[in-house]
Amino acid sequence: MTAHLAIADLVKHFGGVVATDHVTLDFPPGSLTAVIGPNGAGKSTLFNLITGRIRPDGGRVLLDGTDIAGWSETAIVARGIGRAFQIASLFPSFTVAESLAAAILAHRRQTHRMLARFPLAAARGRADEVMHLVGLDAHADRLAQHLSHGDQKLLDIALALALDPGVLLLDEPTAGMGRDERWQIIETVHRLWSARRMTMIFIEHDMDIVFKIAQSVRVLKFGRVLAEGTPAEIRDNDEVIAAYLGTRYAKAAP
Amino acid sequence: MRATSREALLALLACAVTLLLAAALGSKPLIDTLMRLAIFGLYAVSLNILVGYTGLVSFGHAMFFGFGAYAFGLLMQTGMTSLPAAALASLALSAVLALVVGALCIRLADIYFSFLTLAFQMLLHAVILSWVGLTGGDQGLQGGIPRPRFLGINLADPWQVFVVTMVAFFASLLAIRTILQSPFGYALRMVRDNAPRAAALGLPVQRYKLAAFVIAGLFGALAGILMALYVSGAYPNFAFWTLSGEGMFMIMLGGIGVFLGPVLGAAIFLLLNDTVTRFTEYNGMVMGVVLLVVVLGLRQGLLDVVMARLRPR
Repeated sequence: MTAHLAIADLVKHFGGVVATDHVTLDFPPGSLTAVIGPNGAGKSTLFNLITGRIRPDGGRVLLDGTDIAGWSETAIVARGIGRAFQIASLFPSFTVAESLAAAILAHRRQTHRMLARFPLAAARGRADEVMHLVGLDAHADRLAQHLSHGDQKLLDIALALALDPGVLLLDEPTAGMGRDERWQIIETVHRLWSARRMTMIFIEHDMDIVFKIAQSVRVLKFGRVLAEGTPAEIRDNDEVIAAYLGTRYAKAAP
Repeated sequence: MRATSREALLALLACAVTLLLAAALGSKPLIDTLMRLAIFGLYAVSLNILVGYTGLVSFGHAMFFGFGAYAFGLLMQTGMTSLPAAALASLALSAVLALVVGALCIRLADIYFSFLTLAFQMLLHAVILSWVGLTGGDQGLQGGIPRPRFLGINLADPWQVFVVTMVAFFASLLAIRTILQSPFGYALRMVRDNAPRAAALGLPVQRYKLAAFVIAGLFGALAGILMALYVSGAYPNFAFWTLSGEGMFMIMLGGIGVFLGPVLGAAIFLLLNDTVTRFTEYNGMVMGVVLLVVVLGLRQGLLDVVMARLRPR
C-alpha cells in the first residue's frame, strides 16, 4: 500500500511563535524523503500536524486528495498514516509479540471484543510477519521494557508498520544510538521501504545517512521551507550550507 | 484445552469446593467470613479493573457499591418487583450512573480524575444522608429489605443467600477474568501503559476508559447488591470514602498486577481487621502500619512479589 501526501499552506502558532509558517510540501507515492533542519525548525511539529496529534491553524493536509487537516489522530491513522517516535514509545509491560498483536487489533477495530481470547490467531500471524520483517523474531517473548535501546526503536517502527500504512513517518529513527547501531537500523528502514514502497518520510540529523538513502530532501528552518531537492542539490545549496550544513558537506570540500 | 474453558472449569471447581466445605463444616462464623470475603473480594477486583488494568486511580469506587445497595433495597421495598428483576434494574441504573460520572471524570488526567471521582462519591453520600424521607438518612434503609421467594429460592434463608452469593462471586470473577484476557482487556492495558501511543495506533482511548469505568461500576454495584442482601439493609457508610480507601488498601496489599491479588488483599484485610479490633480500638493505626510495611518494604502487593519470583526473565 502506498499513498500520496501533500501539504498546502500549513500554519501553526504556539502563542506568539510561528512553528509552521505556510509550509507547502509534496510527497509522491512511494517516495523516500528526509526532512532536515536545525533544532526548533518545526520538524516534529510538522509530523504532529500531519498525524492529527495537534490541529493546524490553517492550510490543508491532503492524503490521496482527501483533506485530513483537523481530523482526529485515530481517524487519520485509520486512513493509513503510521508513525514512529523520536523516543521509542512502547507498551512496557507487553512482550514484543503482544505489542504487535495489540497494535494490529486496535487498527482492525477488533479490540471491542470481550469474549474472545487475546491475541486472535489472525493478529498473531500478522505480528509474526512484522517481527520477521524488522528482525525481532528472536525477542518475541521479551518484555518491551527489557529490550535494548536499538531494539526498542525497531519495535516502535514495527508498531507503525503493523498497521500497513500508506505513509510512514519516522521521527529520528536513529536518535540516541551508536554509529554501528545507526547503520543497522537505517538499513532495516531502507529494506522495509524497498520491499513495501510505502511513502516514507523521516527526520534525521545524521547527514551521512540522509545523503546515503534519501531520494529527496526537505530543509526546514524557523517553520519555513528553506529548500527542497535531491541530496546532491541540497548539498550544493548555498542557503542550506549557511543555515545548517556548514561547509563540511559542500561538494568542493572532500 | 483452551485457556478460557480451563478457567471456567477452575471457577466451577472452586465454587463447588467452597460450598461443599461450608456445608460439611456447617459453621456460622465460617459462612459469615466467606460471605464478606466474596463481597469485598469482588468489590476489590472490580476496582482493580480501573486501577491495575486501565491505570485509572479512582478514589470514589464505593459510590457504586453504595448506589447498588440502595437502589436494590429501595426497589425491593416498593414490593412491586421480583428479586432478580430488582437486582437487574439496580445494575442497569448503576451502569447509567457510571456512564454519566465516567464521561465527566475521564476527561481529566491523573490526580484530577481521582479527585473528581471522590467528589461524586461524597455527593452521593451527602444525598443519602440528607434525603431522610427516601433513604432513612444516617439510620440506613428502614425496616429491612424484603426477600420474597423466586424460582423456589428463598433468600431469607442464610444458607441460600450464601449459595447465591458464592455463585455470583465466582461467576463474576470468571466474567471479569474473561474480559481482561480478551482483546478488550489488552486495549485497557495499552491505555494504562501508554495512552498517547495507543491513540497513535488508532485506539479511541477515551471510549475504552469509559467502558472500563462502566464495567468496574457494574461489578462494584453487584458487590453492593450482595451486601444489601446479606445484611438486609443499606447504610450510608457503603458509599463513604473510607470504603473506597479500603478497596485501594486491599489492592495494594494483595497485588495490583495479578488477577486474584485483590481477593487475597481483601482476605488479609478482613482477617486483620477482625483480629485487631478484638484487641484495640486503634485498628486504623495498626492497619496503617501494615500498609506502610507492604508499600515501603515490598514496594508491591504480596501476589505481585510471588509472581515476580515465579516468572522467568
